[in-house]
Amino acid sequence: MGGYILRRVLQAIPVLLGTTFLIYFMVFALPGDPVLALFGDKTPSAAQIAQLNAEYNLDKPFIVQYLLYLGGIFTGDLGTSFSGQPVSEILAQAFPVTLRLAVIAVFFEMVAGITIGLISGIRKGGIFDASFLVVSLILISLPVFVIAFVAQYVFGIQLGWFRPTVGPGAPIQDLILPALVLATISFAQIVRLTRSSVIETQSLDFVRTAYSKGLSRRRVIPVHILRNSLIPVVTYLAVDFGVLIVGATVTEGIFNVPGVGRTLYQAILRGEGPTVVSFVTVMVLFYLAINLVIDLFYAVLDPRIRYVK
Amino acid sequence: MSSNDQEPTIKRSPNHFVAPLEETPLAVIDAVKVDEKVSNLWTDAWAFMRRRPMFWISSFLILLVVVVGLFPFLFTQTPPNNECFLSNSNGGPEAGHILGFTKQGCDIFSRVIYGTSTSLSVGLIVTLITASLGIVFGAFAGFYGGWVDSVLSRIGDIFFSIPYILAAVVVMSVLAKYRSVWTISLAIGLFAWPSVARVLRAEVLRVKNADYVQASIALGVSRFKILLRHVLPNAIPPVIVVITISLASAIVAEATLSFLGVGLGSETMSWGNDISQAQRDLRTAPQVLIYPSIALSLTVLSFIMMGEVLRDALDPKARALR
Repeated sequence: MGGYILRRVLQAIPVLLGTTFLIYFMVFALPGDPVLALFGDKTPSAAQIAQLNAEYNLDKPFIVQYLLYLGGIFTGDLGTSFSGQPVSEILAQAFPVTLRLAVIAVFFEMVAGITIGLISGIRKGGIFDASFLVVSLILISLPVFVIAFVAQYVFGIQLGWFRPTVGPGAPIQDLILPALVLATISFAQIVRLTRSSVIETQSLDFVRTAYSKGLSRRRVIPVHILRNSLIPVVTYLAVDFGVLIVGATVTEGIFNVPGVGRTLYQAILRGEGPTVVSFVTVMVLFYLAINLVIDLFYAVLDPRIRYVK
Repeated sequence: MSSNDQEPTIKRSPNHFVAPLEETPLAVIDAVKVDEKVSNLWTDAWAFMRRRPMFWISSFLILLVVVVGLFPFLFTQTPPNNECFLSNSNGGPEAGHILGFTKQGCDIFSRVIYGTSTSLSVGLIVTLITASLGIVFGAFAGFYGGWVDSVLSRIGDIFFSIPYILAAVVVMSVLAKYRSVWTISLAIGLFAWPSVARVLRAEVLRVKNADYVQASIALGVSRFKILLRHVLPNAIPPVIVVITISLASAIVAEATLSFLGVGLGSETMSWGNDISQAQRDLRTAPQVLIYPSIALSLTVLSFIMMGEVLRDALDPKARALR
């Protein structure tokens, strides 16, 4: 196990260096003045240009610029936003809200997805299964902002069940609708993953043995089938974080949730290039960390993984 | 020498039954039935697909989208950008304008029709980029293995680790002055290819050990030729599925970027732009937002369904899960 952890952590290092380099490269090595490019259509003031030139060490060679930037990330210096607030401070304020939203969303999608996937898998080919196959196809095809607007219009404006936008302080009851919208993105994937995994597990020898021992379906389904079907679903969580990051940017923007996603959304809308870049960098680093943790967790769940090179 | 070595004498009874010799000429046994259709993966897949209603529904929708994208003027006489009158702002449907008007008083139906080609071109260009990069990287990594695999796979990992919409947000923020169908496709495609490469690599690894590949090696066929003639054609089916689905994802990605305001400029007709424009009036004029959303979702759905049918048709294992 120790060897596996070490190998996996060592593998993460080149990827981490590569992603940060890639993002930095995209912004600062493209032709043209990067500082001007970051402002898009706007013209920055001379002071802003000077500040950014100094902040990104643009007078030094490219590789030195990058190393200084990387050093900054690891010492918690993520640059400052246009309003003069350090990006790390904005993140610290917004992060708890996003975390709450993501936890509710993951809870919804996991509970609903696994339950429906399990029932579909066990009653493969039935009406329940067939109708959820259609539903999952439709859900996969709907872009998240379309789902968000429809939910906001129907449940927020027409029916008035939820507040269409989140109130100050982001109380839990206001976060339910955006969390549900966020959950729909991965819900369909989880249903399908659980379903196919259940179908595969069902035909394995140990399930037959369990039944022939005289165990009831009531015991075999949750204990033998479900538990062993959940491994691919757990690994999906790693992919899911990438989906959640993008989804949160859109949903938080639409529902006005004061989280990391909305901050990024607004920075994009205002064309605040440097803030966008530092946010994306932080999110990618976070995503990498989550992936690493889930990979390690996966190895705990399934000992076979540890021995595969 | 013992007596055991001697031929045993068999006493045949007079009424012993001997089956008549079956006289099948060798030529008949060896003859290949030429008139019978050849059965291979592709014919099997086709036989499977044409029995699925989902295949015909998605084919029809894709055909419709392509025809609308290529010949928008066949479907509407109203120009999407001109003849917009503010007096019609967010107006309901009327004769000649069946879906009503946008905030700027432009015909919604016409804008939806003319937005089709944008989504479709982005989808196709991104697919071209992801397919070519993904196939080159995946095939070489899987086939040559060793350090080639390590290097190519790590490069893939790096691009895969940045969610491609986020990456495209960064690229498009930097390329703010050059927003076009080409730049947005490049921004998406540059980060979407690793999924194709991963699938192909795994498939090449599987095919590489097949007997016919070993036989070609033994025959002295060059490695590159083996890759092109034997390995790739047999490793490509799952890639087709991934590519079909990635076309749908690319269309969603373009709409999302345009929605976020870092996609196409407002002068380009795009469903994402129209949805983004309409969001401020969601309360009073939801129809302005709904129609482009329906067009977008239906287009995406048609490609997703096609990918789904192809997966079932090309992968017997997936079919077993039905």
